[in-house]
Amino acid sequence: MEVFFSLKKAVKNGITKKESTLKKARAGQSLTVVKILGKGNLRKRLMEMGITKGTKLYVKKIAPLGDPMEITVRGYQLSLRKSEADSIIVT
Amino acid sequence: MSFVIALAGNPNSGKTTLFNELTGSTQYVGNWPGVTVEKKEGRLTKYREIAVVDLPGIYSLSPYTPEEIISRDFIIKQQPDIIINIIDATNLERNLYLTLQLLETDIPVVAALNMIDVIKKRGEYIDKDKLSQNLGCPVVETSASKGIGIDKLTEEILKIKAQPFIRKKYAYYDRRFEYFASDAEKIISGIVSNNKRWYAVKLLENDQIVKNSIKLDECLSAKLMQKVQALEKQFDDDCDSIIADVRYNYIAAVLKGIYIKKTDRKALSVTEKIDRIATNKWLALPIFFIVLWAVYYISVQTVGSFTVNALDGFFKNFAAAAGSLLNKINTANWLKGLICEGIIGGVGAVLVFVPQLVILFLLLSFLEDSGYMSRIAFIMDRVFRHFGLSGKSFIPMLIGTGCSVPAITGARTIENKKDRRMTIILTPFIPCGAKLPIFALIGGAVFPDYSLVAPSMYFMGIFTVIICGIMLKNTRMFKGEDAPFVMELPEYRMPSAKGIFIHMWERSKDFIIKAGTVIFAASCIIWVLVKFNWSFEMVQTKHSMLASIGKIIAPLFLPLGFGNWQCAVATLTGYAAKENIVATLGIVLGHQKEADFAAKVAALFDNPAAAYGFMVFVLLAPPCFAAISVMKRELGSLKWFTFAITFQLVISYTAAFFIYQIGSLFFYGGTAMSSVILTLLLALVFIYIIIYMFKNKNCKNCAKCAYKKCTHKS
Repeated sequence: MEVFFSLKKAVKNGITKKESTLKKARAGQSLTVVKILGKGNLRKRLMEMGITKGTKLYVKKIAPLGDPMEITVRGYQLSLRKSEADSIIVT
Repeated sequence: MSFVIALAGNPNSGKTTLFNELTGSTQYVGNWPGVTVEKKEGRLTKYREIAVVDLPGIYSLSPYTPEEIISRDFIIKQQPDIIINIIDATNLERNLYLTLQLLETDIPVVAALNMIDVIKKRGEYIDKDKLSQNLGCPVVETSASKGIGIDKLTEEILKIKAQPFIRKKYAYYDRRFEYFASDAEKIISGIVSNNKRWYAVKLLENDQIVKNSIKLDECLSAKLMQKVQALEKQFDDDCDSIIADVRYNYIAAVLKGIYIKKTDRKALSVTEKIDRIATNKWLALPIFFIVLWAVYYISVQTVGSFTVNALDGFFKNFAAAAGSLLNKINTANWLKGLICEGIIGGVGAVLVFVPQLVILFLLLSFLEDSGYMSRIAFIMDRVFRHFGLSGKSFIPMLIGTGCSVPAITGARTIENKKDRRMTIILTPFIPCGAKLPIFALIGGAVFPDYSLVAPSMYFMGIFTVIICGIMLKNTRMFKGEDAPFVMELPEYRMPSAKGIFIHMWERSKDFIIKAGTVIFAASCIIWVLVKFNWSFEMVQTKHSMLASIGKIIAPLFLPLGFGNWQCAVATLTGYAAKENIVATLGIVLGHQKEADFAAKVAALFDNPAAAYGFMVFVLLAPPCFAAISVMKRELGSLKWFTFAITFQLVISYTAAFFIYQIGSLFFYGGTAMSSVILTLLLALVFIYIIIYMFKNKNCKNCAKCAYKKCTHKS
């Protein structure tokens, strides 16, 4: 039952099987941005920093205490909290 | 009105360095995104009639932070004659995002392709002529740090000055988008006269602040909303991402074929090599603590204590020399006293810390300019977030071990208002250099066998920051969503000596100015209060005005175990500068042999627990006047300032109270029954306040509640 609900929720958010959020990515993964969820300033800021649809991201490392994460985007290094990375859908 | 140039660019793109090159002035530059927080003005070295304004670094013209608002307002409302857009060539794509927005305005733009030397060194190539053609604005290759391209840039400025123009042609983003943009332009054409294109795009972006700034009537507003909706429907997306997308797509098109990157990326860059160690999973924290310890050891322990002692001797001799000189010219006794004891003694007591601070700031500047500070924020963010602070709060706290004044100013780099306020309120809890002599004196006098008592104040300070951070975070004033922590990690750079010195000077200046103004005035006033009675006759300290004030407030300290006028007076004089507390105790107890002095100090307190309580009270009470005035300036509102001071008073009093009462109860045979009851009562109130604060927690933020809500819906 729970699986069904989580699947239903995923479909509602537009996440299909292959897609997941950046939060779940491991260091060393290369990913492509599908979309950015949420609203408001954070979302806008992420897009201004160059995280837009189709952008390639490389997860460089996770901070020693497990959060935030360092990603390479458009040739520079960006630090993102996992809670923020959670709103970025990637494949 | 003179001809005005605005320098605009991303944080950390080299704007301030370029500003210094253009104007010959010395502004402080750091390798920490967001160093310039106020706009700074200067004039071109060779053409004094041209004013240059250095704007804070911004990523975009949609404002979230105070810096971005300053920059955007200046560009749109003040209409500078030229914008020089500094582009970090090593980070072309993202920097061009701002460039495109600047090119949407009507103001002529000159793009400075900065750090071109790094690009050449890497063996990469940017075709600047084609870039200029594609962007529709002059492009000059520069390297601000090496002084390359400054003349060319001046040339372009003069060219535009001789032949001003208003941009007619704008970047053509996307066929479908432009259709809506030109419609929007038509809608607002009756309302705005300048920067129509910029307004049109902003309105399609549904930027509320821009919308409110121009007076749209309901009819036009509805028309615009229709356009926005149609645009969203056409692109099947929301307006925010449509515009970010079309801009970035346009950038990609502009750069096609003119930017040759080095594709063979097998070799690690220097930054990558350093980061392999500096932010390594296992090594990062040990390295961080070693760096921290080294900074502290060099600035406070070794070089610091040496210079403090040397300068202390110097000021004593200076006061004596001044005294004998004043004697010779027959100065009145009171004036001599005011100059030698009040002014030289008072200001000298603060100035002895200057070399120590200078060294501390020198080291911190090195960390900042090299790029390591951003890594500290990266490593420590996880820890700080739990106390309602961000990784960026670490730097002010670290500077706070030297002096709270530059520390509080340094909190400006924190983007989020809540985090910034919290940092400003909590930073004074970190023991500054001036508080150390107090701890050393009392620790030595009361706890001669426990060398850890004085250093334990650092732990008390940090502990209080953590506890108060958690407490405040859950109050109505600070609750809510965590602020975004989207932070650029800049490339490591070898800082230039000039840069470090400028940076260090900026910080030290704050402290020296404070010594020259606030402390100077406070020293004079306190000297008068200590030396005179209410009928303005020179008397011994125990009959002075200050002593009588002390006697009035002393009962307040009875529950803390040091309810005598000497301690009360010492706390009061501490507001001129905290090190005054030691000097005041020296005066009110009378100068004598060291052993006697220690015994007399110890006798001031009911028991050792009270002495420890006094140390904690000094540690946590509101800082000196200079720091208080900076707090007021940086908090920017009377309400917040009053809150901060009240909060610090309450915390310091409560902490000292509990240390004395509980300490007495457990270690020194208990106190009077009335005290026990009072303690219990206060404890209850305190617990109630904490519970009350936690009750205010917003349910949306708590995972449990959010989950519950979800189940209700489905």
